[in-house]
Amino acid sequence: MEKWICEICGYVYDPAEGDPDNGIPAGTRFEDLPAEWVCPVCGATKDDFVKEA
Amino acid sequence: MAVVEIKKNVYWVGAVDWNIKNFHGYSLARRGTTYNAFLVLDDKVTLFDTVPEKFRLDLYHQIHKLIKPSDIDYLVVNHVELDHSGALPFMVEKCSPEKIFCSPMGEKSLLSHFHRPDWPVQVVKDGDSISLGQTNVQFMEARMLHWPDTMFSYIPEHKLLISSDAFGQNIATTRLFDDQNDLSLLLSEARHYYTNIILPFSGFVQKALARVRESGLEIDMIAPDHGIVWRSHVPEILKAYDDFSSQRIREKAVLVFDTMWHSSEKMLKALGDALVEEGLEINFMSLKKFHHSDVMGEFSDAAALICASPTHNNGMLPLMANFLTYMKGLKPKGRIGAALGSFGWSGEAPKAMADILETAGFDVPVPPLKVQNVPTHEDLARCREMGKTLARSIKEKVAGQKH
Repeated sequence: MEKWICEICGYVYDPAEGDPDNGIPAGTRFEDLPAEWVCPVCGATKDDFVKEA
Repeated sequence: MAVVEIKKNVYWVGAVDWNIKNFHGYSLARRGTTYNAFLVLDDKVTLFDTVPEKFRLDLYHQIHKLIKPSDIDYLVVNHVELDHSGALPFMVEKCSPEKIFCSPMGEKSLLSHFHRPDWPVQVVKDGDSISLGQTNVQFMEARMLHWPDTMFSYIPEHKLLISSDAFGQNIATTRLFDDQNDLSLLLSEARHYYTNIILPFSGFVQKALARVRESGLEIDMIAPDHGIVWRSHVPEILKAYDDFSSQRIREKAVLVFDTMWHSSEKMLKALGDALVEEGLEINFMSLKKFHHSDVMGEFSDAAALICASPTHNNGMLPLMANFLTYMKGLKPKGRIGAALGSFGWSGEAPKAMADILETAGFDVPVPPLKVQNVPTHEDLARCREMGKTLARSIKEKVAGQKH
């Protein structure tokens, strides 16, 4: 599963870890995150993320 | 400094830094700055933000003019950056506050700055409010304005928004209110501050402004952490932030250069002449004379950035590399770029500059231009042609803006 990087603050979304603080269980693919999910560091929306090269 | 009552029982108790000339080491602040802290006298005496550590005694004495600092019940940390929190450990020690309020990201940031898990930190989320007695504080998340931890504090009874770094300007003054200063100067300084500090987060500013509009929050005073307090020109600064954050551009080009023997300078000057003849406004700025933050201040509402540097050891001159690194980090959007320069034996600089402009998202409608050693009359004519082509692109770009 691919990691995605927030272009605003550099936070890396790692599907293996998920975002448990915000109700996203480990193993959730980036594509499957809810549309309203935002970067837990800076609040950027999913549109501001790019796939890790 | 005298304390100033900005609303009934709400006092400015901050510090003025008259002699600072460089803000955080990356942006000039020729007029100095202030570190604004606000004290609310209510059943729960509350201090909003502090000052840099070296001004801690100024803050302490300011508060002493009104109350004993130990009477403070609550500290609100809208932003953990050290120009607002440097005096926090001292104030915590002196006040023994019942609670320290901050955002969820603020809690992490406080820990990693001060390493004091024993502090009575209480996290507040967007929309949470607390009662101080006669007045209340509503907290609004304002992430990335200008750090992930930033929040605003709104006191509805006073229609007062304490806005942390947003809406600030670097001005040292004893005239704390907007109407005691020249408005055009304030807006110009607000633009310089915005462009060099907040610009990368313009999307967040747009969202925050939309939220304020949609929430119907009544705001008749905005108290930022730097510079003056807005009370007579709140609509003007809100509109200015809408303009800044939507990156509205004019038919203006900033021509920025470094040069060894004036060839690159001559080339850029010829290009600039053509732009002026086509009716554009230009700024012609040597990086030896202008700090990168002042170039960006000028570039804030310019449609185009045109860079000239000779080739030096297969690349551009270091002042240009420094400027372009800084510029790219500020993430200007919707602009036009171009590059040119002279060279002796290998001529990589113009393409290297154009590549940076392209990766920064600029339209680069004209290929980079290079001239060996000293430009001839014909070479300068080519620079003028490049200017004419760019003028057309610039006019189209400005005309195509959303209104």
